Amino acid sequence: MAEYTWPSREATAVIGKEVDRLDGMAKATGAAKYTYDVNLKNQLIAVALGCPHAHCKITKLDVSAAEKTPGVVAVHIFEHAAVGREVEWEGELLAVVAAESEAAAKAGVAAIKLEYDELPVFVDDEDLAAAEKAGRTGKGGGKTELEREPGDDDDEDEFVEKEIARLLKESKYVVEGYYGIDAITHCCLEPHGSTVEWKDGKLLAYLSTQNVSGTDEGFANDLGITSSDVEVKCDYIGGGFGSKFAPDYWGVAAAKISKETGRPIKFLLSRDQELKIAGNRPSGYINVKIGADENGVLTVWDSVHWGTAGYKGGGVSQTVMPYVIRPKNYRRIATTVATNTAQSRAWRAPNHPQACAMSQTAIDDMAAKMGANSYDVFAANLRAGNVDSQHPDAANVYLAEMERCAELIDWKANWHPHGKGKAKGSIVDGLGMALHTWGGTANNSDCRLKVSPDGSVEAFCGSQDLGTGTRTVIAQVLAETFGLGIDQVRVNIGSSKYPASGASGGSTTVGGVCESHRRAGLDALDKLFELAAKELGVDAASLEAVGGKIRVKGSDKSIAWKKACTLLGMKPLEINASYKRGDVSTLSSSGVCGVQMAHVEVDKETGVIKVKKFVAVQDQGLVINPKTCKSQIYGAMIMGIAAALYERRITDPKSGAFVNAELADYKLARLGDIGELVVDLYEPESERQRGVIGNGEPPAISPKAAIANAVANALGVRVPVVPLTPKRVLDALAKA
Amino acid sequence: MTDLKNKAAKKSGFNRRDFFRGSGAIAAATALQTQTADAFQDQSPQIISGETTITLNVNGKDHQVKAEPRTTLLEVLRYQLDLTGAKPVSSDGSSGASTIFVDGKPMTASTILALQAAGKKIETVESLGGDAVQQAFVKYDAEQCGFCTPGFVMAVRSFLNKKPNASEAEIRSGLNGNICRCGTYANIVEAAISVAKGGN
Ligand code: FES
Repeated sequence: MAEYTWPSREATAVIGKEVDRLDGMAKATGAAKYTYDVNLKNQLIAVALGCPHAHCKITKLDVSAAEKTPGVVAVHIFEHAAVGREVEWEGELLAVVAAESEAAAKAGVAAIKLEYDELPVFVDDEDLAAAEKAGRTGKGGGKTELEREPGDDDDEDEFVEKEIARLLKESKYVVEGYYGIDAITHCCLEPHGSTVEWKDGKLLAYLSTQNVSGTDEGFANDLGITSSDVEVKCDYIGGGFGSKFAPDYWGVAAAKISKETGRPIKFLLSRDQELKIAGNRPSGYINVKIGADENGVLTVWDSVHWGTAGYKGGGVSQTVMPYVIRPKNYRRIATTVATNTAQSRAWRAPNHPQACAMSQTAIDDMAAKMGANSYDVFAANLRAGNVDSQHPDAANVYLAEMERCAELIDWKANWHPHGKGKAKGSIVDGLGMALHTWGGTANNSDCRLKVSPDGSVEAFCGSQDLGTGTRTVIAQVLAETFGLGIDQVRVNIGSSKYPASGASGGSTTVGGVCESHRRAGLDALDKLFELAAKELGVDAASLEAVGGKIRVKGSDKSIAWKKACTLLGMKPLEINASYKRGDVSTLSSSGVCGVQMAHVEVDKETGVIKVKKFVAVQDQGLVINPKTCKSQIYGAMIMGIAAALYERRITDPKSGAFVNAELADYKLARLGDIGELVVDLYEPESERQRGVIGNGEPPAISPKAAIANAVANALGVRVPVVPLTPKRVLDALAKA
Repeated sequence: MTDLKNKAAKKSGFNRRDFFRGSGAIAAATALQTQTADAFQDQSPQIISGETTITLNVNGKDHQVKAEPRTTLLEVLRYQLDLTGAKPVSSDGSSGASTIFVDGKPMTASTILALQAAGKKIETVESLGGDAVQQAFVKYDAEQCGFCTPGFVMAVRSFLNKKPNASEAEIRSGLNGNICRCGTYANIVEAAISVAKGGN
């Protein structure tokens, strides 16, 4: 039985190489077909009516005029929009109109008569007192860790209060801070939705999804069929970021309308609906007090944070606080706030970006208070063991990455104490940093591999490529395994009819598909080696597959790949491989670090912030494709710049309306806003030996804290809540 | 809807809102029938309503398509010609995802009515056929999910057509009409620089 390992760095021909993504040209020429692009013969276009108010009771929903609108074929009212029902957030879909054209469907929607009673709205998640007054808060849990234990006679609560007060009092430095991070949306450029066709009791669903293998069941359950009657397909997806794991009720509605009309349905959300209902990230705000010794090593942390994940409350989990830099003594308490906004969905590294922005800002303010170099304060805490990370050797890796990152941004030369830099006119500059961690355990993944007598290699796997390069990585693994070129293997993903593979979330995909395909490849190779060994009259154990040949190691005795495959006879060799999440393996691992440092310029007169340079040093075990790996990190940094400086959901306090739910108003970073970005992959042999780990989440965590800290360093004043809009910068300066 | 008195409509020959509203609207009828007049120039307004068959010149070929006054060019491209490279991301053009060329000028197909496009030379991303910009996008990995990519390719192509030797600073300040959510800007800058240097 093959032992499942990776070849050494020296022995690799395809792995670790900057291979162009396989579907690159299809994307660049427009040939790549996304769910939105799939046009099925005779299809109808569906457009939905979203609820115009954030909290109301439906009193009338009359679709008769819509039904009579020219071109309209079917109108479907959602169950949750029945008369008498309460709707708790703006944009929730009430009814959907399917018509011969988009314009006709829109005209149908405009003809729907809706009446409702307005109900009280609460959306001000930052204002804890107002939330309490409105009865919108709930317990979000908490935890206290203290080195000292209460005595037998002590009241526990009292002991905790006293002990925290003592620790703070005995600290050389104390910082009391308020920080926050507003809610943002996923804002996928391809909105959520599907193009579906119901035919003979079976459903074909082109779904924009991160979960090809797991969504057939979702459709089936709601339609009263079995998942084998459903095929979900997704060759290309225009963004998900954690928001596209389910068919969603609008996907099921599309299927129902298709069944009812006997016609294919294309139903994708409109832009404002995409922003309003199809995914947002919880907000987080914190009041915190920390104490530190003379080196800035934290002795105690005491915090209360709150925020909203939507109408059910929720918010940022308390379990990740304080983030990465965690002292031995801490108390963390979370309060949830229910607002009239759609419920949140997983957003790249759920909880971590907010936790990082609410914790590491305080660490940086400690450095400011001490007049110390932020770098030294972070390093001192790591050396003192104040670290909570999923990487098994975290402190050492962070320190090594910090050193590398500091070199790349020239931290030493550019550093000045907070607020003490030389101003150029009204412009000041500053440096900031942050650390992050993530797991990324490989997900379940099955695959089927076919090696044909003609030498062709084809793999089938129900995974998906979110633009991370999954296709390309699988091809690299197979090409490496068989000693072939990247163009000699065919990779098939994106259908629920292929062997099941886990959803792409939590940086779990690359690990999963590498596990399944490397295993299948090595198993196939074993069989081929047996045949080749007989042919060559050697021991199978002496063989290797390199350069298009199966050859005897260390000799030139070989058989060409194609010739070796003819030894299979008439039938192709078919191998099924399966990896189950949690199986211990040398091929994949979990737990990473990561360091980011930002150099910014702030105009004190206008409040405008510009990122001059932004550096990320990231470990992710063994890197299969440095090119697509780096692209992931660049992307995360750019998304982070948007969230740090521009992006947020703005709600009207009176009506609860999400007022900037169009791209002209929902401000994202543009090409000219990003400054110089540098990415460095940290991959010493010790990391490489750990196997593959995904990196979709980790680099998306630190940007907000790193940039906010750089701004604080530039100004000598903390702008507490991200995004750091010009107004917030000016307000903070005026207050200081 | 008799909006002939509407001043804005008279002045431009078009009133987009009226078109989108539907049933009947003001259009430059001569342009539709003869395809010679310039639909973007001032015309004396006339009423067009319901579906008409018009000829659109797309990627060098004439196509008979059906359009109502409210039909956007993007809808025609995507649903009737199956040219789905231009993407529907924002109806007001603020994402640049539906960027195409109209008589050589970059425009967003989501903000042009099909009737306006009659008589024009329309080129979509599909017409580039793997040119230097597209090759550079692949080489520099200037695409992740790829949904913004066709629009960005067209924006870069158009920018470099105008400024073949653009500097990095010009590239960074000249390509701000498109949005990429995945964050491919750093790679796009590199791709554009490489094309500018290569002189294509
Ligand atoms: S690559 Fe996904 S939006 Fe640009």
